[in-house]
Amino acid sequence: MTSRRRADYRGVAVAVPVTIPYVRYSTKSAHWWIARALAGLLEGAGLSKADVDGVCVSGFLLFPDTAVGLMQHLGVTPRWLDHIPMGGNSGVVALRRAARAVQAGDAEVVACLAGDTNHVDSFRQTVASFSQFARDAVYPYGSGGPNASFAFLTDYVMRTTGITRADYGKLCVAQRTNALSFPHALFKKPLTLEEYLSARPIAEPLHLFDCVMPCAGAEAFLVTTEERAQALGLPYARVLGTIERHNAYPEDPIQYRGGWAMDRDDLYAQAGVGPEDIDLVQVYDDYPVISAMQLEDLGFCAKGEVQAFIRSHTFTNDGSFPLNTSGGQLSVGQAGAAGGYLGLVEALRQLTGRPLGVAVPDAEHALVSGFGMINYDRGLCSGAAVLARGSVA
Amino acid sequence: MTAPLQRPRRKNPVVKTRHPTLPPWTRSRVALGMTAAAAEGRFELQRCARCSTVQYPPREACCRCLSEELPWVEIDGLGDLISQTTLLHSHDLYFRERVPWRLGMVRLDAGPTVVVHLHGDVTAPPARVRVACKLDKAGMAVLVGFPQEDVPNMADDRQLREFTCDPKFRRVFVTDGKTATGQAVVRALAAAGADLIWVGHAEPWKMVPGLVELQALPQVTLLPLDVTDPRSIKEIASQVGPKVDILVNTAEYHRAYGISTRAGTDIARMEMDVNYLGLLRLAQEFGPVMKARGADGQSSAVAWVNLLSIFALSNFPAHGTYSASKAAALSLAQCLRAEMKPAGVRVINVFPGPIDDEWNQLLPPPKLAPQAVATAIVAALRDGVEDVYPGDVAQEWRTRLKESAKAFERELAAGSGT
Repeated sequence: MTSRRRADYRGVAVAVPVTIPYVRYSTKSAHWWIARALAGLLEGAGLSKADVDGVCVSGFLLFPDTAVGLMQHLGVTPRWLDHIPMGGNSGVVALRRAARAVQAGDAEVVACLAGDTNHVDSFRQTVASFSQFARDAVYPYGSGGPNASFAFLTDYVMRTTGITRADYGKLCVAQRTNALSFPHALFKKPLTLEEYLSARPIAEPLHLFDCVMPCAGAEAFLVTTEERAQALGLPYARVLGTIERHNAYPEDPIQYRGGWAMDRDDLYAQAGVGPEDIDLVQVYDDYPVISAMQLEDLGFCAKGEVQAFIRSHTFTNDGSFPLNTSGGQLSVGQAGAAGGYLGLVEALRQLTGRPLGVAVPDAEHALVSGFGMINYDRGLCSGAAVLARGSVA
Repeated sequence: MTAPLQRPRRKNPVVKTRHPTLPPWTRSRVALGMTAAAAEGRFELQRCARCSTVQYPPREACCRCLSEELPWVEIDGLGDLISQTTLLHSHDLYFRERVPWRLGMVRLDAGPTVVVHLHGDVTAPPARVRVACKLDKAGMAVLVGFPQEDVPNMADDRQLREFTCDPKFRRVFVTDGKTATGQAVVRALAAAGADLIWVGHAEPWKMVPGLVELQALPQVTLLPLDVTDPRSIKEIASQVGPKVDILVNTAEYHRAYGISTRAGTDIARMEMDVNYLGLLRLAQEFGPVMKARGADGQSSAVAWVNLLSIFALSNFPAHGTYSASKAAALSLAQCLRAEMKPAGVRVINVFPGPIDDEWNQLLPPPKLAPQAVATAIVAALRDGVEDVYPGDVAQEWRTRLKESAKAFERELAAGSGT
């Protein structure tokens, strides 16, 4: 641990939340989706491509291209470029990288872009070749993809803590409620707890509504200086604190805790606010077990007590402890790497007073959490950011 | 507890035979180290030579101290089952046809956590388990979690049978029942529960000891077969080929000559004709039809066994031309293995030391009893391994070859070796 105090994020503005409406399957490429996101960002900001001097990109299906090839594809000439292959942690990490670039003056206007397509067979192919360890030690075992990995974790946590399927179901049902007012959610029908509990099993103990639905889509946001945001008349949020961690707790026999538990004190110390000050939370929700783990590891309740916490809140936008206020990936859909941006982009909308669905009243502080990259038996990347309402211009 | 396997019902001729599919077979080069050990029935993981950390999945550097010295060592496989799931959905064709499929996560006593195929008799976690390394249908190493103590009918577990070639209720073709080894193999297969055993015998007008007793076994049908005669093989293949689940090629020609101890090439030609070309002819006639039945229900075509010789690995000058023919057969068997792989039919190579028969009369003991070869073949089928070195001589040859193939060649030239 370093003893040097981390610099704050003073002067940084995060603005222009963009979501390109998701579709279940798309015949377009990841490039198309990211291009739409950039176009949406420029339109929303009132900028031209030439004004963008920094770009940060995430997309699983850009291969064989990286962010570099994409710049020629899109005709952008940035002086600062980053490619963040961190899946569900991409949004938080893009924010961190871009914020520092802006503070240091390496770039002034950074477009953070994430998008992926979903052809009929692309999810299977992504899962089959996800990583060397996945190919060597996971995919030959039933080829269940992330469903199997999270089934193991869910089985373990249910047995050791007593949390039930109904507890997990409450999170899923609440998110569906939030999704009903969010126009871009692919799931439009209400979900009842009975429907959740009786859905067909996928990988015991996981059933259908525990699993995200792969889809195509894109998300984007802009990172710049507060001065520039104000000059452009853009409503924005400020960054109070961020963390990231990779390969946390490698000695744990199974991933019952994530990197957030290592770094949350650092996060809240930097942010100058605590869990009690947070008005809305966006956790990475590819499966409810991992949502619940983030609530514990980020200090909203004690470890092993999340079931009591779940039973005492509604998690709806207009209720107590608003969580995944656009419906999360479980109700909006998982658009590849854009899934790592979904929560951050939604938090920006709420903090800048421009939600597409039901508004969280008096939203001052939001916590956004990321999680990504099941390499072998666990997700390796974790991160979080605390954002505050800036100017709502 | 696993329900005992039932004799399969007659195949419904109206139902289409499924195309064989394979589980995912792509592996990194370093991960193939596990397959090398599994091919001989061992469970090995990398253990750092510097800090002794055992790691999994296989890596290019020690995950603790970054050392590159990562020798493979045998692991006892004991550990705790910490989590389980049963898949009802899979992205892969092979598993999609086989769900529900049970999996577990095991914390090995040796250190790492491993994902395993989980035997049906393992109780729910937390439970003690024994992890073994098996070859799957693609011929690649996979880990399987077993109950720590054996239970009845364990081998009959539906998932486990994807990794093994147990002769129980299977139909077997043994190419030569006239040799002592061939007869021992037939008796061992009958004892192991094989349903039908077709037994080839060349020159049917010549009776040899033991053949009458063999014929008296209810499972056994004798078929006239000469592996040097293409027409004979074609005839038998058209008769029984589409029913053979396991083929054991015991046909061999063995004389004790080197180059200068016998003038001419007649003996060498016969050795090649039976040991090498015989395998080639059999493979051309039986290979395609067995490949077509790689996924034919409970009793699919599963294995092809070659009786080779440890002399295939380095020339034993006293039996020099025989050694050469077995080396040729070994090379061809590797070709056969590659060609059978898409169907999931395992090619098992058996490398016995000198067998205690008339052709090895002048070799000193230890020599391998024919029964021991037969036992090794049945064990290989049950365990699902693909390379077997039965007997002390074969084991010693393996070790000496590994230590120094060149030094061993010199020792063999000087008359050592058995």
